[in-house]
Amino acid sequence: MIRAASAAVPALFLGGCQMVVMNPAGDIALQQRNLVIFATVLMLLIVIPVIALVGLFAWRYRESNKEARYEPDWDHSTQLELVIWAAPLLIVICLGAVTWTGTHLLDPYRPIGRIDRDRPVPANAKPLEVQVVALDWKWLFIYPEYGFATVNELAAPVDRPIRFRLTSSSVMNAFYVPTLAGMIYTMPSMETKLHAVINKPGDYAGFSSNYSGAGFSGMRFRFYGMDDAGFAAWVARNRAAGGTLSRANYMKLEKPTEKVPVMRFASVAPGLFDAVVNQCVRPGTTCMSDMMGHDAAGMKHMPGKGMPAQAKPEEALTGGDAGEAPPKNPTDVQQRSNASPSNPSTL
Amino acid sequence: MQTPTTHPAISPFLGRFTLESLPLHEPIVVATFVAVAIGGAALLAALTYFKLWGYLWKEWFTTVDHKRIGIMYMILGIIMLLRGFSDAIMMRLQQAWAFGGSEGYLNAHHYDQVFTAHGVIMIFFVAMPIVTGLMNYVVPLQIGARDVSFPFLNNFSFWMTAGGAVTVMMSLFVGEFAQTGWLAMPPLSGIGFSPGVGVDYYIWSLQIAGVGTLLSGVNLIATIVKLRAPGMTMMKMPIFCWTALCTNILIVAAFPVLTAVLALLSLDRYVDTAFFTNTLGGNPMMYVNLIWIWGHPEVYILILPMFGVFSEVTSTFSGKRLFGYTSMVYATLVITVLAYLVWLHHFFTMGSGASVNSFFGITTMIISIPTGAKIFNWLFTMYRGRVRFELPMMWTIAFMITFTLGGMTGVLLAVPPADFVLHNSLFLVAHFHNVIIGGVLFGAFAAINYWWPKAFGFKLDVWWGKLSFWLWVSGFYFAFMPLYVLGLMGVTRRLRTFDDPSYQIWFIIAGFGAFLIALGIAAMLIQFFVSIRNRKALRDVTGDPWHGRTLEWATSSPPPDYNFAFTPVVHDGDAWADMKTRGYKRPLNGYKDIHMPSNTGAGVILGALSVAFGVGMIWYVWWLAALSFVGIIGVAIVHTFNYKRDYYIPAAEVTRQEEAHTASLAGVTA
Repeated sequence: MIRAASAAVPALFLGGCQMVVMNPAGDIALQQRNLVIFATVLMLLIVIPVIALVGLFAWRYRESNKEARYEPDWDHSTQLELVIWAAPLLIVICLGAVTWTGTHLLDPYRPIGRIDRDRPVPANAKPLEVQVVALDWKWLFIYPEYGFATVNELAAPVDRPIRFRLTSSSVMNAFYVPTLAGMIYTMPSMETKLHAVINKPGDYAGFSSNYSGAGFSGMRFRFYGMDDAGFAAWVARNRAAGGTLSRANYMKLEKPTEKVPVMRFASVAPGLFDAVVNQCVRPGTTCMSDMMGHDAAGMKHMPGKGMPAQAKPEEALTGGDAGEAPPKNPTDVQQRSNASPSNPSTL
Repeated sequence: MQTPTTHPAISPFLGRFTLESLPLHEPIVVATFVAVAIGGAALLAALTYFKLWGYLWKEWFTTVDHKRIGIMYMILGIIMLLRGFSDAIMMRLQQAWAFGGSEGYLNAHHYDQVFTAHGVIMIFFVAMPIVTGLMNYVVPLQIGARDVSFPFLNNFSFWMTAGGAVTVMMSLFVGEFAQTGWLAMPPLSGIGFSPGVGVDYYIWSLQIAGVGTLLSGVNLIATIVKLRAPGMTMMKMPIFCWTALCTNILIVAAFPVLTAVLALLSLDRYVDTAFFTNTLGGNPMMYVNLIWIWGHPEVYILILPMFGVFSEVTSTFSGKRLFGYTSMVYATLVITVLAYLVWLHHFFTMGSGASVNSFFGITTMIISIPTGAKIFNWLFTMYRGRVRFELPMMWTIAFMITFTLGGMTGVLLAVPPADFVLHNSLFLVAHFHNVIIGGVLFGAFAAINYWWPKAFGFKLDVWWGKLSFWLWVSGFYFAFMPLYVLGLMGVTRRLRTFDDPSYQIWFIIAGFGAFLIALGIAAMLIQFFVSIRNRKALRDVTGDPWHGRTLEWATSSPPPDYNFAFTPVVHDGDAWADMKTRGYKRPLNGYKDIHMPSNTGAGVILGALSVAFGVGMIWYVWWLAALSFVGIIGVAIVHTFNYKRDYYIPAAEVTRQEEAHTASLAGVTA
């Protein structure tokens, strides 16, 4: 039933525009789409009759229709009330059961069990790990398996499970590639996970789906589904790009910038992602994961509040640091701390 | 950038205020300011010219009469609706415009304030005052009481709410408002990422208004529990009073959470604590949980009284008892309890486990059962009735259709895997506008059209009312159905510019819908104006123009200060309908002196001092904050020594007013 409905409904009235949520290219997003359709159809079973009855009763019992029965004191019927409470209850029981199973099956923390409807994940398949850091206001993608990193460009080979580990440098964002899978928040000093797979090659949109400040609207990236050869070429291109995402370079990159073009770093400082999660990229800061030990040891060493309590490198990341496409000129860089109204606004 | 020391030096006299705090570089704000200044000056001049200051002060600002306070709440809500709607139409214009590399006409700093202010104003300063105003006006009349339990507290509550509104409006012209979204989630709202005055305006306006909301909740609970007319047992109470009772229970239980969480955020911002910071053991998720533990009951605080309104209206205009009164009461109680068990559905996507998400998804769906039962109860109230399509009933039918759709998309969003693809999208925005406009605003308009004749003694003009109705309803569908589509196209909310040109047509349609709504608001204001001008022709002298069923229709319109010359005795749920069928005769003599509470200016003064305190805190003008705080305490203490708290309306005066009503009633029957 789900399958039949899922085929019919989008074709019926959603065909006109590109509704990516209704027509995704990744299996997880597809299953989520199916659940959207199933729940909607299930609820329409009760919603359509209710709306029809509103119209029917309002018309039939209009004041001018003296034909209709009028019983001003009729205000109770046990049978009817049982129906009234039972009908929504049955729908909710049904929907609740689907919710329970669907929520567990599609839990973003759960490794995926299938490539698509007909193919389970092979036993020996190793998922592609991508570490995602939401920065102000761009996305950093680290590929530990290959040792490179990109900014605002994400790619994955078709039909290979992907395992995202996500965090944020400063404020909350949400990582969302509608064609691939539902969103998951990226939160500072916390790590979230997302498992997904892309089934069709293509060029897809990704963005932040949680407002994060002035540069939020420009926080978009492209996500490419690629065949194996295409992905290998993309990996090679990134590795050949030169540039290193050292900790110092990360701290420059982390500064607020808007509408940043794609950047590539051939290599990445080891352990960078974990350092970001634990708020200890800057040399000399204590990682939050080590903080408890320090506390237990009598709080001998307390770092400043937040990372940049002391001076940090002021110059922006330049083309020499990254392999390709330096960030736009510094006038585009709007520091959060300058976002006060005294700042001359640019329309 | 997380250190709070990035500010320029703080002047001991003006705090962080400088001339640069005035948004003189924002032409839109300057033009708005000029318009407001001219309009405000004209208003003040007119009040002075017509010597209305004394009247306003004596009869309105200092009043402790629940009816007048209720009307002032409604006026506040409607004025703030104009501000909140201006924000809405600015957003619609920006989003329809900013395509193909265009930045639109609003920069990020301005746009981000606009959508934050829109949300804050519409919830706290439009919906809340309208809901509170309605309950204030109607509840004491429906239960046959003279006034609320604590009349002065009522006046004070209103002025605190108004003080919060004044604080929000101030941020438009002096400084800035928060650029965080309407719930000001940390770390974005922390001092490191929002160092300006915007979040402080947010905090203090809500804290000031929150005092008013909480106290009015206490007041109305006490009123409903203690002041019901003899014979009115709980299960004979009008359904609107039941919903009002549940709403106020929700207010009293939920608003302290908001107060506490904003206080913790203030501590983080002012004295460098680390409740919600990224480091030092702070946890922003704690804020997210706490704010939604308040935030979810809040939506039921808004909708429950409107469920009551729709119940009264459906029953009255179907000429029939409400179907399933008892199950309606229990449905309301179930919703009240469940309102506390669903908050996590606002953040399924923040990494909770599957079992937690499922639990909150299913509890959310369970709320749809009592809500669905209510819809059926209204349906079967119309069944075998005689439905009169007066304006309140038209709004009710529009509500039943619109709200059912909004409820359906709400249950859809309660399915966590569906929420993963729709959360924070324009689909979500469409959903909650679908229930808040379709539920709360349509309910407010039904209520205004329904109770206006009671409050002022004449009906509202039907032609302009119908025009407003059709513009509003069609405008709503034009404005928000495209947002459902955009949500399914993967468009997230709060975006200022767009890349994909295929979105634009939908934003243009939505903008057209907003334009229709603007006309609907205009038609409603014209409706008020025309009705006031034609009040003689629209006059209702019976006090019961709709063949009402509850006690508020038993007294004259507008009701005398004392509401009822004799406290009614209740034998049936629809007390007034019951009295009419039993051939009730108004007693025509035997009037006694009536004990009444006296007006006082203490509420206005306390509200004004609270605004001054808020301004001092927002701008770091510590001397002002300290002085006004001392002032608040001082005035409160002085007020306790005010022994001129009550007076008697002499029996002669009661007789005069009641005989006037008798005469006008006789004029009708003759």
